[in-house]
Amino acid sequence: MSATDTIRNGEAREPAFGFWRRSYAMLVKEFIQLRRDRVSFAMIIMLPVLQLTLFGFAINTTPRNLPTAVLTQEDTDLGRSILKAMENTAYFHFTREVHTVAEFDELLQSGKVLFGVEIPRGFERAVRRGDKPALLVAADATDPTAAGSALGALGPLVQTALAHDLHIGDPPDMPFEIRTHARYNPAAESRLNIVPGLVGTILTMTMLIFTALSVTREIERGTMESLLSMPIKPVEVMFGKIVPYVLVGFIQAALIIGIGVLLFGVPILGSLTLLALLTTLFITTNLSIGYTFSTIVQNQLQAMQLSMMFFLPSILLSGFMFPFAGMPVWAQYIGEGLPLTHFVRIVRAIMLKGAAMQNLQYDTIALAALMLFAMTVAVTRFRRTLD
Amino acid sequence: MNGGPTSAQSNASSIAIDVKGLTKSFGGREVVHDLSMQVKRGSIYGFLGPNGSGKTTTIRILCGLLTPDSGEGTCLGYDIRRDADKIKRKVGYMTQRFSLYQDLSVRENLEFVARLYGMPDARGAAADMIARIGLKGREEQLAGELSGGWKQRLALGACTLPNPQLLLLDEPTAGVDPKARRDFWNEIHALAAEGLTVLVSTHYMDEAERCHEIAYIAYGHLLAHGTVDEVIAASALSTWTVTGEDFNGLMAELTDKPGVDMVAPFGTSLHVSGRDKAALEAAIAPYRDNSKWHWQPSEPSLEDVFIDLMGRSKDNFQG
Repeated sequence: MSATDTIRNGEAREPAFGFWRRSYAMLVKEFIQLRRDRVSFAMIIMLPVLQLTLFGFAINTTPRNLPTAVLTQEDTDLGRSILKAMENTAYFHFTREVHTVAEFDELLQSGKVLFGVEIPRGFERAVRRGDKPALLVAADATDPTAAGSALGALGPLVQTALAHDLHIGDPPDMPFEIRTHARYNPAAESRLNIVPGLVGTILTMTMLIFTALSVTREIERGTMESLLSMPIKPVEVMFGKIVPYVLVGFIQAALIIGIGVLLFGVPILGSLTLLALLTTLFITTNLSIGYTFSTIVQNQLQAMQLSMMFFLPSILLSGFMFPFAGMPVWAQYIGEGLPLTHFVRIVRAIMLKGAAMQNLQYDTIALAALMLFAMTVAVTRFRRTLD
Repeated sequence: MNGGPTSAQSNASSIAIDVKGLTKSFGGREVVHDLSMQVKRGSIYGFLGPNGSGKTTTIRILCGLLTPDSGEGTCLGYDIRRDADKIKRKVGYMTQRFSLYQDLSVRENLEFVARLYGMPDARGAAADMIARIGLKGREEQLAGELSGGWKQRLALGACTLPNPQLLLLDEPTAGVDPKARRDFWNEIHALAAEGLTVLVSTHYMDEAERCHEIAYIAYGHLLAHGTVDEVIAASALSTWTVTGEDFNGLMAELTDKPGVDMVAPFGTSLHVSGRDKAALEAAIAPYRDNSKWHWQPSEPSLEDVFIDLMGRSKDNFQG
């Protein structure tokens, strides 16, 4: 007893609840720092509210009004009725009318339409003769979700609509056959759709972070002061910071695509060179956007938050996870502003549909425009002084 | 154009820094107020003043890192507002906080600087500089792992590497041991002998005395400038040195006397200073006969002058 008493008395007197006091001191300090960083504080509120409302309204897993092309080789009442019946299902929205098979194929391959309906020559006559001719509905099945529900609804709905419209009797006596043709991914395997999209998603995440931290890191470590006192121009700083990561991104892309082909059996139907070229463009676009973030934010935490704020819509609104055509128009406009949207289209088109450059002009130009825009903002935003 | 109306042309080549009326505010607080200064080429110009007096801000304005709110001037003949890019090519700036890349080696840091300035043989230039600053054998060490003295040498090496005409050194010897400090100053004098102009800010009085000219700045105002002797003479301060024992009571008593502006202990002696010679003598008269102490009139030291200037400027500008 006496021994322990002397030891206790010999110790420096520790205030009661030392653990809690010290933890509390730390906690108070953290709250003060959090409150000082206004931007981070605002993002804590904005991030969940904005993202939830945005995605809550935008995401639709049973998409309607999907863009559809019609190849009419005869202009008849029956043909028009069938098209009207299809449009009445609300799944199809006829955006294009073409007259040659080549145009029809091009629209599907470039992703401008998700469905194509072909009414063959002599269709009405064949129906009247009771030959049960075939009505071809081709679907771009690279995204099984988008195509699936529409194709599933097609047969019964059109039949009922037509029965009502033309009084041709009950469904069993269907006077023609609807032949659906799921192109590009006939077995509706989702991995064929997911893997190419993942190439873009993974690259977005990694590339954005690389450059988003680059300028803030220089500021936080104090090296920016030295750098600014030397004769270097904002454009030169930007290129110096982006180019190494283009190489890094290229290696990553090669790895992901390689694994996709070898492990998941995803084909590359189109040109590998074109894929490499456009992937490099996409990588550079993301690096430019990350770098732009870096010139806007004040510290690394804000850079990370901004990157997340950009990354989430990229996943959800780009058509990677949910069908792009199924989103409301305003959400589609947002999607068009995201590089991933264009790259998902490009990479799916090249790998699964064997698309060539002429099918991908729009998305390529969009990517390049986004890249140039980001770079211009970055160069003008880059502060050359410490003012 | 920016110098005096007639002397501008003839002085253009002999003056490295010539600025007038520089003013800079941050968030409504004026950090530099109507500051004018001239620095001769090839001279070492000391920049003194208390913390937060505007030294760093002035240096940053001179090398184009900050834009002055008002005022104008030239640095190496280039306009500080319009020709920041040209100034940056010919000025070496050593920041107060170590600002080279900590995760790059000594050699890599120097090669980076050499390449950035477009030097034809970056490797060779870096190797020469490593030898000159005595870092041979440490070239592959990461800059972040160097000790304070070595870091400071590396920083000086990096900013002299592109052969600048003007060096701006912001408290380069803060936190460095006396030996390293002396070596550093020898290097500065060697560089000045080669024709380089050096503007150096410091808190150390012994360093101020190593400068050809000094300027004292407090609360953004330039209060005194010239050679050390000129600054001391201009202060018109009278000082008595007291030697003896037991100053504690004396210090407290003298501090509040009218005529005594400053009492400062220096080891075994005490410096008692006043701006009014007669008033000072009247104040100390009662103590001069005490056998405990020995009183002797002396020259004020530079430190006496600066502490007096600081005290006065506080009264004037801080209210």
